[in-house]
Amino acid sequence: MMARFESAVDKAMPMSSAPGAFEDAHVRVVLDDWERRWYGAPRFTYEFVRSYEEAVCALREHGEGAKALAGGQSLVPLMNLRVLRPSALIDLNGIAAAAPRVEGGRLSLSAMTRYSQVLLSELARCQTPLLTTAIPYVGNVRVRNRGTLGGALAHGQATSELAAVALALGGKILACGPAGVRVIDAEKFFVGHLRTALRPEEVVTGLRLDVAQPCQGWSFKELARRSGAEAVVGVAASVTLSSRRDAIGGIRLGLIGVDDRPVAGNRTVLSSLLGRIPTPAEIDEVAADVSAQTAPASDWQATASYRRRLVRVLVRRALTEALQCAEARASAE
Amino acid sequence: MRRGEGVGRMSLQQVTLQVNGVAHEISVAPDALLLDVLHDQLGFGDVRYGCGEGVCGTCTVLLDGEAVSSCLVYAVQVEFREITTLAGLLGEDESLHPLQETFLRLGGTQCGFCTPGVILTAYSLGQRMPRPTREEIRHELGGSICRCTGYTKIIEAIESYLDDRAFASEETRS
Repeated sequence: MMARFESAVDKAMPMSSAPGAFEDAHVRVVLDDWERRWYGAPRFTYEFVRSYEEAVCALREHGEGAKALAGGQSLVPLMNLRVLRPSALIDLNGIAAAAPRVEGGRLSLSAMTRYSQVLLSELARCQTPLLTTAIPYVGNVRVRNRGTLGGALAHGQATSELAAVALALGGKILACGPAGVRVIDAEKFFVGHLRTALRPEEVVTGLRLDVAQPCQGWSFKELARRSGAEAVVGVAASVTLSSRRDAIGGIRLGLIGVDDRPVAGNRTVLSSLLGRIPTPAEIDEVAADVSAQTAPASDWQATASYRRRLVRVLVRRALTEALQCAEARASAE
Repeated sequence: MRRGEGVGRMSLQQVTLQVNGVAHEISVAPDALLLDVLHDQLGFGDVRYGCGEGVCGTCTVLLDGEAVSSCLVYAVQVEFREITTLAGLLGEDESLHPLQETFLRLGGTQCGFCTPGVILTAYSLGQRMPRPTREEIRHELGGSICRCTGYTKIIEAIESYLDDRAFASEETRS
């Protein structure tokens, strides 16, 4: 596009041979916009790196305005829409992603693992079934082929399915910065609208999730307006039975679309289900309490009150299904 | 952001793009999207701009056999990767691919704008799964938007192609 437009423009208005003829800033802005009216990707410096350490150095070097580029399925649309105009892009796609592996009772995933690679991993399917249940809800097939786990976490969208799973499975996020690698709890990672606990020079290097126990069940429920569209509300639930299997021993929820960031289900509210097998009415009551603890906003997709209602319905369904799943798995042992 | 300065500041890069089995050596700006380069610089009219956000699927190309949105990838990122556009799908004797034939026969092409993306997406699904169910086909095509809205015939054409192919491979086995 550029080449063709530039030659056309240059022929009509030879800028180089007549300096000063188009010094007017307004004209230049118009030309620039005209040239890029369709895509509008802003100009930036591009740097390709082969390791996280290199990426950190590059982010440091380019300073404020530099962004790390992983799969680009969230970042590039924002750049095409000119919502974001980074001055430099540090391309992480040269960093190899190790296959998912189990280390110390946790599934360890590299940041540059693509969603589609997780779906192909038998190990991920067995060890973290909640993750592979939720991934088909992420975007469309092209987003899953290109989008990475680290990129999704670093983007910190309030409706990220991966974030819901990370919150429900005690996720730990590994971040590499100038001072080395640190581990951040998923519950402390998401701090606001598209804001995470990552420092400007840090990049996500990996994600660790608790592996499923024999008496643990899971469920993922989401409502979106279209298949693959951004979630209105989504719920990831994990329920673990106690060792005697006659009561709930642990329960965790990850909620998306209910606040300006992904949030965990309120612990105090959920703890009222511990120590017994709750009836459907009790589950509904807790779902209502969880919903009351959320602070959703109204936007073009849904009103706040509709969202709160959805949270209650989806939490009830997710908890019921996760509990049934846990009981089925425990009795199948 | 001034024209003259911009080009100087952001020097063009020489890249080799491997498109449909042919290597193209071109110089691109780092912020040139793969879509722009394919469509405007290399003249692939079957890679089309739709939404620029990776939602609609008209700019789909296969990157090493996997469907990706070319509006969300920069050309400098895909040097030496195998890029396939619809023009690269060929049947025997360089004729239409059987999937394209089926689309024509069953009316899966309407205005034709979304068709390249739809066919490439269906093709990559067929490469990955021998016989996907109708639900799986629908899920895979969830990211391809057809504004003629004739999804039924599209799904039917894909199903028919996959059926034929499964039948043919059974025949050769037996």
